[in-house]
Amino acid sequence: MKDLSKVNNPYGDDKVISQCSIFGMMNTTGEVFSGKEIITAIRNMHERGNGLGGGFAIYGCYPDYPDDYCLQVMFDTRANREETEIYLKRFFHIQHSEEIPTCPTEVIKNPPDVYRYFVQPKVEELHEIISDDDIVIRRVMKINTTLDGAYVFSSGKNMGVFKGVGFPEEIADYFCLEQYDGYIWTAHGRFPTNTQGWWGGAHPFSLLDWTVVHNGEISSYGANRRFLEMYGYICTMHTDTEVVAYAIDLLARKHGLPVDTVMDIFSPPVWEQIDRMDPDDRKYFEVLRSTYGPLLLNGPFAVIIAHHGEMVAHTDRIRLRPMVAGIKGDMVYASSEESAIRLVSKDLEKVWIPVGGHPVIARLKELAKDDVVEGGRELLKAEGMEV
Amino acid sequence: MLTAQLPEFNVDRDEDRCIQCRVCERQCSFDVYGYDVQNNVMIHKEENCVACQRCAVLCPTNALVIKENAYTYKQNANWTREAISDLKKQSETGGVLLTGMGCDKPHKIYWDHILINASQVTNPSIDPLREPMELRTHLGRKPDSLEVKDGKLSFPDYPKVELSTPIMFGAMSYGAISYNSFKSLAQAAHEYGTLFNTGEGGWPKELRKYGSNTIVQCASGRFGIDLEYFNDAAMVEIKIGQGAKPGIGGHLPGEKVSEHISLTRMIPEGSDAISPAPHHDIYSIEDLQMLIHALKEATDYQKPISVKISAVHNSPAIASGMVRAGADIIVVDGLRGGTGAAPKILRDNVGIPIELALAAIDTRLRDEGIRNWASLVVSGGIRNAGDIFKAIALGADAVYVGTPALIALGCTVCQKCYTGKCAWGITTQDPYLTKRVNTEIGTQALVNLLRAWSLELKELLGCGGINSIESVRGNRLQLRGIGLESWEMETLGIRGAGQ
Repeated sequence: MKDLSKVNNPYGDDKVISQCSIFGMMNTTGEVFSGKEIITAIRNMHERGNGLGGGFAIYGCYPDYPDDYCLQVMFDTRANREETEIYLKRFFHIQHSEEIPTCPTEVIKNPPDVYRYFVQPKVEELHEIISDDDIVIRRVMKINTTLDGAYVFSSGKNMGVFKGVGFPEEIADYFCLEQYDGYIWTAHGRFPTNTQGWWGGAHPFSLLDWTVVHNGEISSYGANRRFLEMYGYICTMHTDTEVVAYAIDLLARKHGLPVDTVMDIFSPPVWEQIDRMDPDDRKYFEVLRSTYGPLLLNGPFAVIIAHHGEMVAHTDRIRLRPMVAGIKGDMVYASSEESAIRLVSKDLEKVWIPVGGHPVIARLKELAKDDVVEGGRELLKAEGMEV
Repeated sequence: MLTAQLPEFNVDRDEDRCIQCRVCERQCSFDVYGYDVQNNVMIHKEENCVACQRCAVLCPTNALVIKENAYTYKQNANWTREAISDLKKQSETGGVLLTGMGCDKPHKIYWDHILINASQVTNPSIDPLREPMELRTHLGRKPDSLEVKDGKLSFPDYPKVELSTPIMFGAMSYGAISYNSFKSLAQAAHEYGTLFNTGEGGWPKELRKYGSNTIVQCASGRFGIDLEYFNDAAMVEIKIGQGAKPGIGGHLPGEKVSEHISLTRMIPEGSDAISPAPHHDIYSIEDLQMLIHALKEATDYQKPISVKISAVHNSPAIASGMVRAGADIIVVDGLRGGTGAAPKILRDNVGIPIELALAAIDTRLRDEGIRNWASLVVSGGIRNAGDIFKAIALGADAVYVGTPALIALGCTVCQKCYTGKCAWGITTQDPYLTKRVNTEIGTQALVNLLRAWSLELKELLGCGGINSIESVRGNRLQLRGIGLESWEMETLGIRGAGQ
C-alpha cells in the first residue's frame, strides 16, 4: 500500500500540525456567484498562512453534469494518469473528462497534472449490495492508497475542490477560479509547521460532497483516529482534518445523523450543563456523549464544513480558535477574521462571534424554515457577542 | 524448635526518650513487646516484628525506629537474603509460603517507562481551575451507532453505571478486610460518586443503602448471594481471577468467620470459607456466557455485568471471548494486583504486567471492531494519578484501586494481611484491632484520595490541551516510551520519547 503519510508527513510526526485562515460564504437561495469575493477575502488573511497550502471548495459549479460524480485527480506523470484511467474505465462509466484549466503563474512551482472525470459507478462489477456513494468512496480510497502518482482530491456531484501548495490567492489564480460560479464557497490558507507542503495535503479535505476547511490542532486526534479505524477508515494522511472528514462521513452519511447532531457530538455541552437540562435534552446528550464520546473533538479548532444545501461554521466548546459569522440578505459569511467579511460585504445586517461549541448552520431556504440557525439548546442559548 | 531465621527487622529504642508508657506493647499485634516490671524497661522479641510501623507512629516520644536488620550473608546475586530465608522457612515447616499484598519483585514497572505529552504553542494548554474539565465516565456496553427515527434519536438503552471520576475501589471482601474498612469504602464511594466492590464475601444488609455505589461479586464460592444481593447493587461482577493469584481460589479460615461474617456470607459460624480455583459451572467460554445471561435474567437486564480476569498470556483472546459472551465490562487485574493471602510463589511468578495486558486487549478489541461492546477496567499496581492517566490513554475506561485505598486507611504494605493480625485494624477481624479504623476518619481519608487524584488528573488533561477524559481514552499519542525495547513499545502501541 502506498503510504501517503510519507509525502504529507515526511518526518513522521504524530500528526501534521497547521494553523490557518478559513472563510466560507453561501447564498441561501441557491443563487450562484463568482469566486471574486472569496479570493479577496482570503487574500486579506494572507498573514495567517505561510504559502504552504491553499484551497477552495465550490458547490454548484458543474451544472452541466449535476448527477455525475466529479472525480478531480492529480497525477505526477503521464504514465500515472494512463494507469489510473484504465482503472477508472474498469469501474466507472465516464460521461466526460477533461484536463482542469490552469493559468500557470511564476509563483506556483512543480504543479501536478490535474484532470477531472464525470462518472457513474458500474454496479455490474460488484457482487454485493452497496450504495453508489460507497462504491465511489471505495474506489477513491483504492486509488489514493494503491495507485502511484495519483491522488483523487474531490469526488462529489456538482461540486469541486481546488487546492495546492501556495497562498490561497495564488492557488485561485492558478486554477482560474474567478471563472467558476457556485452558491457555497469555502476557502483555506494554511500555516503548517512541517517545512514541506504536498498538494494533496492542502485543505479543503473532501469525501463525496462533504468538505472541511479547518483551523486548529485537535488534541484528541489519537482517540478520534483509533475510533474511526474501528469503523474501517484508514487515516493515511496523518492530519486531524482528515479525521474530521471521516467522522462526518461516518456520522452524517453512514449513521444518518443530521448535521446539528454531528456538531453536538463534536462539541457537546459540559456535563454540568447537561445535568441542568430538561429530561429529554439530558437523555439526548447523555446518549450522544456515551456513544460517540471518542469523536468529541478536543483542543482548539474552528471548521467550516459544507455539503450540498448546508454550510456549517463551528468551533471547539471553549472557542480556542477564532470564528466570526455575518449575514447580509441571502448571504451568510463565516471567517477567521471579521475584517475579511467586511471587506467583501460592507453593510452587514448582523455580525457576531458565535459562542464556543454552538454551530452556525446556513441552509438553503428550500430545505429549512430558518436559513440560518445558531445551534445550542434553548437552555444554553447565550447570544453570541454582537460586534 | 531453634529457628535458623534471623529477625528481619530491628527495634531501635532510644532509652533516654522512652517513658515506659507501654503504648508499643498495647499497639503491637505481633507480640514484639513486653515490659520488665522489675527493671522498668521495655523488652523486644524482634523476630516477630513485621515493620508495620504502628508502634513507631504511636510512640508519644518518638523513641522507636524500626529498621531493616543489617545482617548480611556473603553477597550473592543468585542466593539473596530473601532466597535463603524463604528456603530456611520451608525446610523448617514443609509448607507453602504465604504472603499478602501485590507482587513486590522488581519486574519492570511500565508506568515508570511511559511519559506524558503537553501542549506548547500550536495548541493551548487549559487551566483546570478556570475552565471546565470533565472526568465523568460511563461504564457498560455502548451502541455501535445511533439513528434518527421521526426526528428523534433512537438507540438501544444498555444498562450503565456513571462515575464522577474514573477511579473505583477494587474488590476487597468483608472477611479479608474489617467491617470498618469495608464500611469506609462504601461511604467514600457514595460520597464521591464512584463505586466500590464488595468482593466475594457478601454484602451486609445495613450497607445496602449505598447500593447505587456498589458492585457485588459473584465468585466461585458464591458467598452471600441471593436475588436481592444482585438487584440492590449497581453492577454485578463475575470474578474469574485475581492478579495476585491467577488460577487459584481463596480460603478464609474458620476462626475469622464471626457471627456477622457468617450471616453476611451465609455460611455457618466458624466454618472455613473456601472459594474453589475455578467456578465449577464455568469450565469454558460458553459456560461463562450462560452465567452472564443468568445474571442478566436475574437482574432483568437492568444491571451491567462485568467479568474479572487476571492478566495472563492469552488475555486478548480471552477478553474478546468474554465480550462476545455478553460481558458489558471486562476487568483485568495485573501481576502486581493485591491480595489478602496468596502463595508467594504464585504472587511473584504468575501473570503479566497490567500495562502490557491492557494495551494488548484494547488493541485486539478495536481490531475486531467490538471495543464499544464493553468497557475496560484495569487494576493491579496503580500508585498515583499519573498511572491512572497512562492507563486511560492506553485504552482503559476506568481503574480499580485496592492497595492505595488501604494505604489511605493506614496500611503500610507490610504484607502480613494473611496473618489476620493487622495492627492497623484493616485486614483483621479481631475486635480489639478493628476499632482502630474509625469509619468517619477512614471515609474522609478515602474521599481525600479520590479528590486529590481527580484534581491531578485534571491537571494532566489540561496540560495536554484536553478538557474531557473521553479524549484521552485510547489516545496513545499522548504517551511516549523511555527505556523500552521495541517489542515493548509495539505491544503498548506507543512511540519512543523523541520520536
